[in-house]
Formats: sequence, C-alpha cells, structure tokens
Amino acid sequence: MSGAQSPPQSRERTRTVNAVGLRRTVAALLRKELLVELRTLESVPAMSLFALSTFVVFHFALNRNSVEGDLGAGILWVTLLFAAILGINRLFVADADQGGFDGFLLAPVDRSAMLIAKALTLLAYLAVLELVAVPAFALLLLGSPLGPALPGLLATLALGDLGVAVIGTLVGAMAVRTRARDLLGPLLALPLLVPIVIGGARATSPLLVQAHPTAPATRWLLTLGLYDLVFGLIAYALFDFLLED
Amino acid sequence: MERSSRTFGYGNGLRTLSIATVLAIAVALTMVFFYAPLEAEQGFLQKIFYLHVPLAIVALSGFVLGGLLAIQHLRTRDPRWDMRSYVVIHMSLIFAVGTLITGSIWARGSWGHWWVWSEPTLVSFLIIFLLYATYQPLRFAIEDPERQARYASVFAITAGAFVPLNFIAVRLSTEYLHPRVLGSTSNLPGPMALTLLVSFAAMVLLFATLCKYELTAKHTRSQLRALRRRLSGELADAPRPRSAVPAIQHAAAAPARAGGRAVL
Repeated sequence: MSGAQSPPQSRERTRTVNAVGLRRTVAALLRKELLVELRTLESVPAMSLFALSTFVVFHFALNRNSVEGDLGAGILWVTLLFAAILGINRLFVADADQGGFDGFLLAPVDRSAMLIAKALTLLAYLAVLELVAVPAFALLLLGSPLGPALPGLLATLALGDLGVAVIGTLVGAMAVRTRARDLLGPLLALPLLVPIVIGGARATSPLLVQAHPTAPATRWLLTLGLYDLVFGLIAYALFDFLLED
Repeated sequence: MERSSRTFGYGNGLRTLSIATVLAIAVALTMVFFYAPLEAEQGFLQKIFYLHVPLAIVALSGFVLGGLLAIQHLRTRDPRWDMRSYVVIHMSLIFAVGTLITGSIWARGSWGHWWVWSEPTLVSFLIIFLLYATYQPLRFAIEDPERQARYASVFAITAGAFVPLNFIAVRLSTEYLHPRVLGSTSNLPGPMALTLLVSFAAMVLLFATLCKYELTAKHTRSQLRALRRRLSGELADAPRPRSAVPAIQHAAAAPARAGGRAVL
C-alpha cells in the first residue's frame, strides 16, 4: 500500500479541483449578476443618469461653464464616487431579500467566489458608468480637450475603480443585512474611499490642466494600486465572516 | 468552560489602577506646568502638546488594538473578545474627539484658524473619526447578537487596518507641512521629552482605567439584568432589548453554574 504517498497526491488533486471550481463558480455568479442586471436594468442606468444630473447640478452650483485642473478632477471623482455608492447600495439587495445568500450558502462552493464575482460585477457597472459619464463630463464641463488626457485618465480610473469595487463589495455586504442599510452603506463607504479620492483626484488634475496637460505622477498611481492591493487582501480575509448565517 | 471560584471579580485591581492613574496624571500635570521649560516661539500655548500628542497616540493605538481584539474574537468566537474590542473602540472614539478638540485649539492658537487642512495628522484624525462614528450605528442596526458581534469584528479589523493606510495617504496628499513644533521626540530637549513621556504614561493608564471601568460596568449591568430576570421567573433566553452593546452569557442566568464568574 502506498499509504505514505497518497495523502499529498489527493490533497494536490483537491486543490486543482477547488481552483477550477472557484473559477467556474465565479463565472457562473458573474453571469447571473450580469443577466439579472440586463433584465431588470436596476443599477447601471440609474448610476449613469445620476452622474449626468450631478454634472448639471455642479454647473449651476459653481456657476461655471467649464472647469479644469483640480476643480475638474474633483468634480469628476465626486460624481463617480456618489454614483458608485448608488450601485453599492443595490449590489446585495436582491441576494438579501430574495434568498440569494441562502442559495449560495447551500451550494458546496468556496465563499470567496461571491466576493470576487460581486467585485467584478461592480467593476463592470463602474466601467459602463464611466463610458457614459466621462464623455458627458468632457462635453458638458471640461474646458480642455479630452483626447491627450485619455490614456492617463483610463489608467487612473481603472486603478480607482478596482478599489471602489473591492471596498464597495465589502461594505455593501456588511450594510445590506442591517436595519438601516441605505444609511449605513454610504456612511461606512465614504471614509474608506477617501484615500481613493485623494489618489484619483491628484492623479487626474494635471491631466485636465488647459495649458499643458502632464502625465499623472507615478506616486499617486502607486498609492492607488497599493490601496487596492491591501483592501483586496482585507476583503478576501474577512468576507467569509459576513456570510455565515 | 473553565471558571475560577471567586464570584463578582470583574473589578479586580480597579482600585489600584485608579489610584495609579490619578497619581500619574497629577505628576504629569505638575511636570507640564512647573518642570517643562516654556517653548521659545509658542510660549505657554505649546503646553497643550503634552495633552494632544498622548491623546492622539493612545486613540490611534486603541483603534488598532480594537482590530486585533476583533481578530481574536473571529478566531475564538468568544463574545468576551467582542466586548473588549467594543469597549476599546468606544474609549478610543472619545479620546479621538479629545484629540480633535485639542488639536483645533492648538491650530487656532498658533496659526489663527480653528481648522487647518495642511496639517495631515488632524485631517487623518477627522477621517478616522468619521469612520469609527459608524461603528455604534452599525452594531445598533443588527439585532441578532451573534451576527452583530461578527459584523462589528469585521468592521473593527477593516477600520483598524485603515488607520495606518489613511495616515499614509493623507500625509502624501499634503504638499507642504507647517513648521511642526516638535515633529518627533528625538529633537526634543531633555526636560520636554521626559515630560512628554510621563504624560504619555499617564494617558495610557487613564485609557486602561476607563476601559476597565466600562467593562466592569457592562458586566455588572448585564449580570444584574440576568439576576432580575431569574427573580421575576423569566426565561434566561428571553429576547433582550435592542442594543449596540455586546451580549454576554452570564453565570447568574444559569442556576446550575451559580457561583461561577465571567472572567474579564
């Protein structure tokens, strides 16, 4: 009998099965999320519309026809952040109210799959939101042409979105099964998102300067990336505890 | 469950701790006003530094400690760790308010404004304060005690990790620093450094004493409630009133284990 050798082998096999399982679970969950969103159109249109309305509000509140630099970057990030919070608040509502959590917990799959799938869902929402909001911002408010700023802006937005997606998923899962979920979600999320606003806005503002736009400083992109990484690890370690009952 | 034989031992050492704290605060204040020299530029105003800096350090360490205690809670599932985490975070929040107020007074005195955005420590504190201000509402919004404890621990760990990250981010964002009086202790003249050290020790003692008082009060109150329930013949597991305070199972609630005690 090769009793001494079989446990490592079987452990190895279990690990590969789990790895495949995780990817398949995430794919299935992501597909379900996107299908639900496509059929109900609950979050993304509302987020986009909210962003557009916010630009109009900023135009009147600041009494300006065009913005640039710091002010432009600030308006863009504040708008995207508040629109993201609409999405964060809705992210887990169907799971909490209509038994999605129960169904997921009954399935013999890795629970981190839900974190990854939900974060990817939120990331997709944010990408669509920015597809609408950034051109609208350029059209309605931005004083300088968007073209030369686009590569830097895309990099900054991608890094910022990643952080928003991870923090939003963690906070959304935390807030959704409380009595005051619509209040607690934004209250929990905003302070945690401040470093992303700092990094995002500081990286964006040199891109939107009318005279001679410059590339974002590496240290802001680095800050964003590091923050994403750390919060990704925190969320990965803690998400399971939110799903226990 | 292993329990020692002594009953009602929550307040053990509380008197000694209280006396030590009062003495330490008295010594620290005496040193601040009579021993430490006046600072050349800021004069008497600089004395608030001996209050502000220890408050800030203790509050921040308390937040991080709350996260560590919460890790212990998630690992052991013992509600007493959750209670400790709750008390430490609660007390740190109060210390953080103190930090904000003293920092604001100092800013007003030295720069003429109650609030200075270019002072990264103060700004970081505000953000951290805003985050931790949602800790109690979060607890209050979850009724099931077990889930309340679990979610609160997840929050405490996340927020505890956020404390240093936030400091780094805010400090990076500040383009220039105001001339910082005594930015680090290494360039302090001897008497000032010694005074700061004593003030810091006094503040740590104060924090520990207040935490112990609150823990004792919470335990005593919940034990009293359990005893009252037994007296009126209610069931021990009757629904408790909605509360943000962690729930603890008490020996008094279970007659078979009467004489046991909840160890702090």
